[in-house]
Amino acid sequence: MKRVRRVVGLLLVHGFLLAGAAFVLLPFVWMLVTSIKPPDEIFTATLRLWPRHVAAVDNYSRALTSAPLLRFGLNGLIVCAGILVVQLLVAIPCAYALAKLRFPGRNVLFVLTLLALAIPVQVPALPLYIALANIGLLNTYVSMMVPFFLSVFAIFLLRQFFKGFPDDILQAARLDGMSELEIVWRIVVPSAWPAIAAFAVFSFVAHWNDLYWPLIVISDANLAPPPLGMMFFADAETGSNYGALTAAATILTAPLVIAFLLARRHFIAGITMTGVK
Amino acid sequence: MSTLVQGPAAPGGLRRRELMEKLTGMGFALPATLLLLTTSLAPLAVLVVMAFTDYDLGNLDFKFIGLANFGKAMTDPAFRRALWNTFMYVAIVLPLAVGLGLLVAVLVHGRKRTRSFYEVVYFLPVTSTLIAMATVWTFVLHPKLGPVNALLDALGIERQAFLSDPGLVLPTLALIGVWHLAGFNMVLFLAGLTAIPKDLYEAAEVDGCANPIDRFLTITWPLLGPTTMFVIVTTSITAFKVFDTVAVMTHGGPIGASEVLLYSIYLEGFQYFHTAYAAALTVVFLAFILVFSVIQAFVLDRRTHYG
Repeated sequence: MKRVRRVVGLLLVHGFLLAGAAFVLLPFVWMLVTSIKPPDEIFTATLRLWPRHVAAVDNYSRALTSAPLLRFGLNGLIVCAGILVVQLLVAIPCAYALAKLRFPGRNVLFVLTLLALAIPVQVPALPLYIALANIGLLNTYVSMMVPFFLSVFAIFLLRQFFKGFPDDILQAARLDGMSELEIVWRIVVPSAWPAIAAFAVFSFVAHWNDLYWPLIVISDANLAPPPLGMMFFADAETGSNYGALTAAATILTAPLVIAFLLARRHFIAGITMTGVK
Repeated sequence: MSTLVQGPAAPGGLRRRELMEKLTGMGFALPATLLLLTTSLAPLAVLVVMAFTDYDLGNLDFKFIGLANFGKAMTDPAFRRALWNTFMYVAIVLPLAVGLGLLVAVLVHGRKRTRSFYEVVYFLPVTSTLIAMATVWTFVLHPKLGPVNALLDALGIERQAFLSDPGLVLPTLALIGVWHLAGFNMVLFLAGLTAIPKDLYEAAEVDGCANPIDRFLTITWPLLGPTTMFVIVTTSITAFKVFDTVAVMTHGGPIGASEVLLYSIYLEGFQYFHTAYAAALTVVFLAFILVFSVIQAFVLDRRTHYG
């Protein structure tokens, strides 16, 4: 009796989880199979998962030649890397100062940091747009990165991490004649590596997928990061060529998904540690 | 404290060290402070001032018109609809994304061999580019060519125009929101579950708490409290900021049935260039976000104490 109940329980659990998994995977599966279907098989009312004729080469070459998809990916890489490098260069010393040094204005700065933590990019967007337009920086990589150079979230996260660093070690390093800058980059940063890696994953995923800000400052398709590029491409194709459209979606979704599958543990640890999206 | 110096130190040396520490601290904080002022606080101040003017982008001058922009917003049917739709969207997404995230996490947590498979599958939407997947969803939900309607057909149910039926479009977008967020919440809940000590469950079993539902109610649910609060607040904020799916799939249509707050702000500010009016709408948007954030600050505080 007990065994029967256990088996029924397991069946129910897996039944539920598999049904949920089917819902989650539905668009991915449909994207992949549509991207290898020829148009006549896409435009039939009968439902068929695997195509009779595989038109993968047609669809993918069409997607790659009618829109600069690889360029979109490269743009995304440039923007995300630029943002991340500046974010870390700015946030690490500031977080260290907030955690370990006494200086005038420290408390005010920390309170302002907490306040800014609550402000999403959509709030300063209008004034920043006007400012960028006035200095002629619209349609540049810099304009895509500027609002994100300061990550108050990185400061907050790293400050928490640095606070736990033992003061004795810092004191010993000072007595050895190390400068504060050396202490930060050679002693404190290596010890905070898990937090930095977690933040890097968070930052990369967030900005690779961001649409709102690039949509505002970029109108030149050659500068578009993946989401904006996908939007341009979808508008240009006006839904007529689903094969190429889903091929493009596959190409633009693949890099992050592959990175996730390869470094699953880091992604999940990163999301858990940072928690905030 | 770093100001304590080992051994006897001359008062003059101590004072110099303190001065050095102050200068170093200010120097380290300077780049962040400058960026904070130029990219966050100053724009915020400009935004608030702008909300009380009649400025449109390209105008040479402007005048202060008091609360007129806010008054206009209160009576603007498009804005009221957008606000209502946004809250409806949150009302659908929040219970489903949190509830399903929790349910899946609890079920996945008990699995051994299949755990990583389910983890990967449910987390996949979080890492995928939502804009690309929204384009795919449009096709999946296509009235004639999509698999969802083919399935409805096979079940003998009438085909639905999910994205062009005013009554269906918002729930449909909300379900896509759930699809996108549930896996993220699952990961947060899994972290919370892992932190619960195993011997608590063994103790409960000894005390006659053998039924999984009893165990969930007496141990899991109370101990997950801080995590649950945190997940509720972050999900509310994310759902409140819905934009991508609307911008790609519906453009606020049909007849405004999927207009949401951020999309209205985007249209007013960056398509119609009603800058001051958009600034006022942004202030309203910020007010709601701040309410969520104050709650979040309390939750974060509790999480660091008990979590």
